[in-house]
Amino acid sequence: MDIPFNVKERPDTGLYNGKLGIWFFLASEVMLFGGLFSAYIFLRTGVDNWPAGTDYLDVPLATLNTLFLISSSVTMVMSWASLKLNDFKKYKLYTLITLFFAFAFLVVKYFEYSAKFAHNPPYLPSTNNFLGIYFTMTGLHVLHIIGGVLVIGYLYGPGSKMWNSDPERFTNRIEIVGLYWHFVDLVWIFLFPVLYLL
Amino acid sequence: MTPEEVKHHIKTYVLVFIALAFLTVVTVAISYIDLGVKGGIALGLFVASVKASLVACYFMHLLDERATIYWTLIATAISFLILIFLPVGAFLAQARIY
Repeated sequence: MDIPFNVKERPDTGLYNGKLGIWFFLASEVMLFGGLFSAYIFLRTGVDNWPAGTDYLDVPLATLNTLFLISSSVTMVMSWASLKLNDFKKYKLYTLITLFFAFAFLVVKYFEYSAKFAHNPPYLPSTNNFLGIYFTMTGLHVLHIIGGVLVIGYLYGPGSKMWNSDPERFTNRIEIVGLYWHFVDLVWIFLFPVLYLL
Repeated sequence: MTPEEVKHHIKTYVLVFIALAFLTVVTVAISYIDLGVKGGIALGLFVASVKASLVACYFMHLLDERATIYWTLIATAISFLILIFLPVGAFLAQARIY
């Protein structure tokens, strides 16, 4: 039995089910990260002296990571647009570039975290509230990047077979994972200035 | 969406990408300008909000979406604002105690 409204839009919502589903999920994600941003405001306004991000963090590395993420966002939307234009080869190319930028982000993050742990004395989440909220927020964000890489990787590899059997549904899947990926980019757009610069 | 519309969108995506890269440089640059803590935070968050709006409007296609999604996002925004302003309420309560 086919699951209804995978491709066609439901008459009442005007959307195919997967798209409404991802927006509900993103709404819950806003609340998840919103809770942490709220905690950040609470911690920061609760003390007289909040450390500057530059005291602990590497701004050039984070700037590079910001550029990686916005680059991955544009290649992600280009991969969807390629499918809309029936160009599967370009879809593959743009998705591969998206994965490359995502991995580059993770590698830079690895070096960032390693430098914190290798510092003498080590900078740990337990060191102070600033580092506690930094590791919590960026750690949760990294988990989202890893989740995105797994799904995008699947749709680049074995999952891409669906293009031959049901191209419209496959294009919708790319739109859905794209929405998730842009959201992850959007969270970083706020994390970067809040933690590193302000 | 017709192929012509998609091609038109692709040009927009490239322009948005250039704008995002430029605004990232602006975000870093203003952190080096001494605007005071409040001024720095206000300007930094303003630029971040512009960047986030570009991603949401163009990459996530929110400029041209169904009402169901807009209503979902309005409910989310209200809940998010309550969450963000909770600390303010906590401080006002603290001020009354002391």
